[in-house]
This record gives sequence, C-alpha cells and structure tokens, in this order.
Amino acid sequence: MKEKILTGALAALLTFGGLSTPVAADSQEILVDDVWARATIGVSRPAAVYFTLRNTGGDAVKLIGFETTIAKRAEAHRLKIDANGISTMEPAGEILLRPGNDLVFEPGGLHIMLMGLQEPLVEGDSIQLDLLFDDGGRMPVNVRVRGIAARGPRN
Amino acid sequence: MRRRAILGYGVAGVGAVALMLFVGWWQVDGAGGPEPVGQRPVALTEMDFRLTDHEGNAVGPETLIGRPTMAFFGFTYCPDVCPTTLSDISGWLDDLGDEAGEMNVVFITVDPERDTVETMAEYVGYFHPAIRGWTGPEEQIARVADGFHATYERVPTESGDSTMNHSASVFLFAASGRFVTMIDYHEPREFAVPKIRRALEEETEGAT
Ligand SMILES: [Cu+2]
Repeated sequence: MKEKILTGALAALLTFGGLSTPVAADSQEILVDDVWARATIGVSRPAAVYFTLRNTGGDAVKLIGFETTIAKRAEAHRLKIDANGISTMEPAGEILLRPGNDLVFEPGGLHIMLMGLQEPLVEGDSIQLDLLFDDGGRMPVNVRVRGIAARGPRN
Repeated sequence: MRRRAILGYGVAGVGAVALMLFVGWWQVDGAGGPEPVGQRPVALTEMDFRLTDHEGNAVGPETLIGRPTMAFFGFTYCPDVCPTTLSDISGWLDDLGDEAGEMNVVFITVDPERDTVETMAEYVGYFHPAIRGWTGPEEQIARVADGFHATYERVPTESGDSTMNHSASVFLFAASGRFVTMIDYHEPREFAVPKIRRALEEETEGAT
C-alpha cells in the first residue's frame, strides 16, 4: 500500500520525458511533456500553446480551465478542416483525459489560445500556464517560447 | 507515442461554438450558390485582380505567369493553421533546394483590414525568403477568392476581436497558369513535395 503511493509520486516526479509537476487528488497522475508556444509579433495577436498530457492514473480526469498572468484569457480551442478544406476554430470546452491515454495539443488540432496578451511572447523566454482539473487540481506548466516558424516542440 | 485520446465536450462549449460560428459572419464565394465539394480554381490567366506585394509592388495574376506557382490564403493574426502552413511550405522549399527559386510562392491575406503591406512584410520575414505576402482592398481579395473558388469569413470572438475561417489548402499552378493540384492541410510532406515537383515539371513540358 505504502509502496503503491510512493510509486505514484515517483511516476509523477519522473515524468515521461522531462517536465511535469505533481498536483492534488486524481490529477496528480497527469504528466505533461512537449510543452511549447509560438512567439508573437506584439500583443494584439493571439498566441497558441501546445503540449502532450498523459493520464497515468486509473480514473478519468477532466481539464476544465487555464490560467496565466501573461494573458487576459486562456481557452482550449480545436481546429477543424472541413470537406472543402476550410479551417475553423472552435472552443473545445471541457476535455476528458481517459486513464492510460495521451492527449496531444498540436498545430492543426487542439491548442490553448492566449488572448489579450500583456506582453509579447519572445523566442527563448518561458511563460507559466496553469492547467485546472475538475478534482480541484492545479498544474503549473512552464512553457518554452519557440520561434514564429516553429512546427513543434523540437522542430 | 502520438496517440490521440478521445475527447469529451461540455454542452456549454457546443453552445459557445454555435454562437461564435453563426453570429454575423459573411462568406464570399463564386456564383452565389453553394459550391460543389472540391471545385477547382480557374486558370490564373482567367483571373482578374490587383493587389500589392509586401515590398509595395503592384501585382496581379499576370505576375505569376511564366513560373509555377504555389499560393495559399491566411492572415497574420491566425494563431495556428497559418504559421504552420507557412512553416510547412518553408520546409518543402528547403527540400526542393535550388528548384524553389524557380517558383512563385504567395501568401494572400483574407484579412486586409489588419494585414497592411508593412504587416505582411514583417510576417513573411520569419519564413522562407521565397514567400511573398500579398494584400489589397477587400473587394480585390474577394475577386482572388472568387477565382480560386476559395472561401473565407470573418468570425467575431467574445472579446470583440475577430478571427477568419478560410481555405487552408495550398494551390499549385503550372507556369502556363493552369491549375495543377492542391495540397491539403494535413497532407504529409512525402506527398506534398512530389506534388510541387509535378507543377515544376509541367513547366518543363510546356517549354519543350
Ligand atoms: Cu484558437
């Protein structure tokens, strides 16, 4: 029993590739990796943040909101391309993380849009984004800002 | 590792989507009726529009005749699909190497109100140097979209700003101006680059 708790804590600390922060309750089983944002020109354009979440726990957890000091609003959006090749962006609402699954935020799919930036996102800087879960858990995530032409966390 | 999880949505989210998508939008398309799925652009030689490139030069469809062309629509306030497409195109051009210099590559804004010549110049500067940014008056942009059978619409956001829905495909034309094919947004690079080579080869065929 004791060992199981320890394993859970270790898993949360060790992460699957680098970054992660343990949080309270069920959402402590959530790991985050491949976190990045695209630099912005000025503050009038919205920014997009991407990452991969893994639910290592046995229960589903819902991602219900986002907070950051760098923007007035942070929302999960989903990009869709219809049969005519038209791209649209929609609020993604609450997002369920099923046990054992990865949830990937990436260009052309899900992103966290930061609106009303207080300052521009500068390549090489880091910003903090808090992920809020339905169990009351809050996960602070350190987001590395990549160039405007970046395609992913590494390229 | 790159598995996609199944996602859940709140009812509130769906309501917000409906509001965001259907309040005060407009749409520009060809003949006023619904276009059939996958309708192709007309030849560049049949288009008629006047725009300005990011260096202030007057440009039009005739600017593109004589070399193969890769063209796509977007806007610089676009958070996701446009920078990604510009990066993808930059990567394809890198793959093509010297051949990239034989092509026209144009990024045409669907948001000319915010995308001035200066704005376009700054924006395209972050990507492959072959990429040109074109803007112009609203009615001229509408004529471009008309010729491409592309659509765009302004969508107001809750904060009082707006975003744009638009055709996300990359259009390829031969040096003659004839439409060759398009590259869809999610198409992998191993399919995209051969398609571009096809447009480049049509030029060679036409020249011999
Ligand atoms: Cu968005």
